[in-house]
Amino acid sequence: MKILTGNDLKTGAVIWWTGVGWSLDVNESADVGEHGAAIIAREEGAQNVFAAYIIDGQKDADGVRPAHIKDRIRALGPTVRPDLTLKPSEPEAVNWVI
Amino acid sequence: MVDVQFRFRDDEAVNDPAVTVDAFTEQSNASAVRIEPGDDARDLLPHLDRIALVEVNFPAWTDGRGYSSARILREAGFTGEIRAVGDVVIDMLSHLKRCGFDAFAPDKPLNPTDARNAFDRWDNVYQATADGRQPIWALRHPA
Amino acid sequence: MYKYDQYDQQMVDTRVAEFRDQVKRRLAGDLTEDQFRPLRLQNGLYLQLHAYMLRVAVPYGTLNSTQMTMLGDIADKYDRGYGHFTTRQNIQYNWIKLEDTPDILADLASVEMHAIQTSGNCIRNISSDQYAGAAADELIDPRPYAELLRQWSSFHPEFLTLPRKFKIAVIASETDRAAMKLHDIGIRMVRNDAGEIGARFYVGGGMGRTPMIAPVIREFVPLDQLITYSEACLRVYNRYGRRDNKYKARIKILVHELGKEEYTRQVEEEFAHLMSQGIEPPLAELERIKQYFVDPALETGLSDDLDLTDPDFRLWVERNCQEHKQAGYIIATVSLKPVGGIPGDASADQIRLMAQLAKDYSFDELRVTHAQNIVFPHVKKADLYTLWQKLDEAGLSTANLDTVGDIIACPGLDYCSLANARSIPVAQKISERFGSAEKQAEIGELKLKISGCINACGHHHAGHIGILGVDRKGVENYQLLLGGSEGADTSLGKITGPGFDEDGIVDAVEKATQVYLSNREDGERFLDTYRRIGMDPFKEAIYG
Repeated sequence: MKILTGNDLKTGAVIWWTGVGWSLDVNESADVGEHGAAIIAREEGAQNVFAAYIIDGQKDADGVRPAHIKDRIRALGPTVRPDLTLKPSEPEAVNWVI
Repeated sequence: MVDVQFRFRDDEAVNDPAVTVDAFTEQSNASAVRIEPGDDARDLLPHLDRIALVEVNFPAWTDGRGYSSARILREAGFTGEIRAVGDVVIDMLSHLKRCGFDAFAPDKPLNPTDARNAFDRWDNVYQATADGRQPIWALRHPA
Repeated sequence: MYKYDQYDQQMVDTRVAEFRDQVKRRLAGDLTEDQFRPLRLQNGLYLQLHAYMLRVAVPYGTLNSTQMTMLGDIADKYDRGYGHFTTRQNIQYNWIKLEDTPDILADLASVEMHAIQTSGNCIRNISSDQYAGAAADELIDPRPYAELLRQWSSFHPEFLTLPRKFKIAVIASETDRAAMKLHDIGIRMVRNDAGEIGARFYVGGGMGRTPMIAPVIREFVPLDQLITYSEACLRVYNRYGRRDNKYKARIKILVHELGKEEYTRQVEEEFAHLMSQGIEPPLAELERIKQYFVDPALETGLSDDLDLTDPDFRLWVERNCQEHKQAGYIIATVSLKPVGGIPGDASADQIRLMAQLAKDYSFDELRVTHAQNIVFPHVKKADLYTLWQKLDEAGLSTANLDTVGDIIACPGLDYCSLANARSIPVAQKISERFGSAEKQAEIGELKLKISGCINACGHHHAGHIGILGVDRKGVENYQLLLGGSEGADTSLGKITGPGFDEDGIVDAVEKATQVYLSNREDGERFLDTYRRIGMDPFKEAIYG
């Protein structure tokens, strides 16, 4: 699947396109198919996101998983600080990234 | 030709079309010349007395060669107009002026209020440049 | 240390106002991200993997306790309770909100700090020897010259949009503790035959994808020509440095392509011209600055005795302390490299504690080192045990300075958007593998440096052992380098051969240390043995 990610302008937070808006949770990512570029142009124009780009991902039972390790780290947080990831109560979540 | 939006000179504006540095050094009747980032401003030094206007082009504001070009001209005593043209942005206006630019013709006109704030931003400066302002070290140690 | 006068304060205050205005225009949509990026970078604000990152300047690595306390408070108030000390003697925060940055800058300005030119294609924070003003082996304190250069380089109108970033280091001792020859300009303060102090200029060093050691381009620049000469070096670079390819845009490439002689000729020609322009501050300005760097009120006649009966304290003193120029005093370094920890990270509480300890035991002064540690420059030997106990209670007494555990590591792929591989987990695994004090003592001095990409922020070229993380088809892979050094004997490491995975690189490091231990002769460090026996025995052990 093709998914969209970028950053929130005010906070810099990593966000994912859900089909109707932006979420901090990669698992809510929507498959944008061929429409990624158009969505980015519109959403960046409206300042809902910046530095947005299209990536490959895969959806399985655990959720949406970006293809590249860099985007998986973006999706979760630093692997060396489990307490600062999006799943601080699940230190083993780091294994999902690597 | 793009309009001059800001000018810090009292003399009559020069409207002659600016020619390239190569064309200028080969031709005797032009009084306006345009410096591109890759040009050597020092090529103009033998001819300063017949130049009324030097345009310095910034195809991208992040290419800073034009700052050196302007200072080199001022350091050689050039008193004609040095006009910044091209991708001239608000945030660099005061730095351009410090390097000797005294006219500004941005491709896209700038918000006049923001531009005025930018020109007036720095009450004092750390370096001596071609603008004649007293740097902070001179204020600390008056002659 | 230096104190702002009304002018310096006005400059940073004006910068806060300017950046506040720029952020406002960005949030209002008047600036696009493409337009804003170079502006925010000139103020140290990056977009990293998880958020904005703010890099705060610590000019020449010197701080007072009020400033250090503020760094801790900012970590709590605007970030997630910690900061990361960098190889450029700065500190960076990883979770900054754009809308908060003007207020952070205002807080910094209130304690005479800023984030000016900590990124961008401009002259960056000037770095120096972390033991400046305290070291027994220095000619003079290099920091007044660094401060003179700091003011000259701040908002220098001609040099804000250079071909690429520009880093300057100033030192004043034979022992180079600032990797001076690996800077765009390295300056070593020297005394000439006539007994005068001046500056030796090394230009065109750097790491990155094309590491180079800077050649000397001028043996002696008199003190009243320092700024003019620097300006000449920069002008030649600004005019002729390559702008067609950002990987070839650093001054090292210009010096290399022109040749040292031709670059020097052009600088000297520009310098001769600039000497007529009146751009040099008077010597009185240097004298004014120097007054701020006089020694603190060190007592004389103190005893050099230290009670080393506590074995843990003894180990820490032997590892982490250096000779002070004044009898009865010592320089103490806090290692921010606990076993299994994140190199260079410190919590807000630790930062504030170090500030308090500096106030109580080090004349209110701290230093940040390019090896990502913190220094108390002026500790009375009589106070050292008490200081150590307080550090120990806070988990800050790791005794591993310059050993295999004292690893320099960039933030790597855990934080950095440029990285290809993670650096920190490799550092953690190595520091755990070599965690025991006995093992570290047996190996002795071994500088290990890890970068998560070719940009070399982790100084891997200059490590006795260097590690470079690369991306091999989406999988992290690590190359091993041996033989680098960034001291007075600066050398560049060589790659051993094919790379390894994360566990493989830790094993490879261990094998390299075994080759050293079984081959070393009396008194040899790892680097000395490598230089004597060469790469082959290491290759054989690692790949054989």
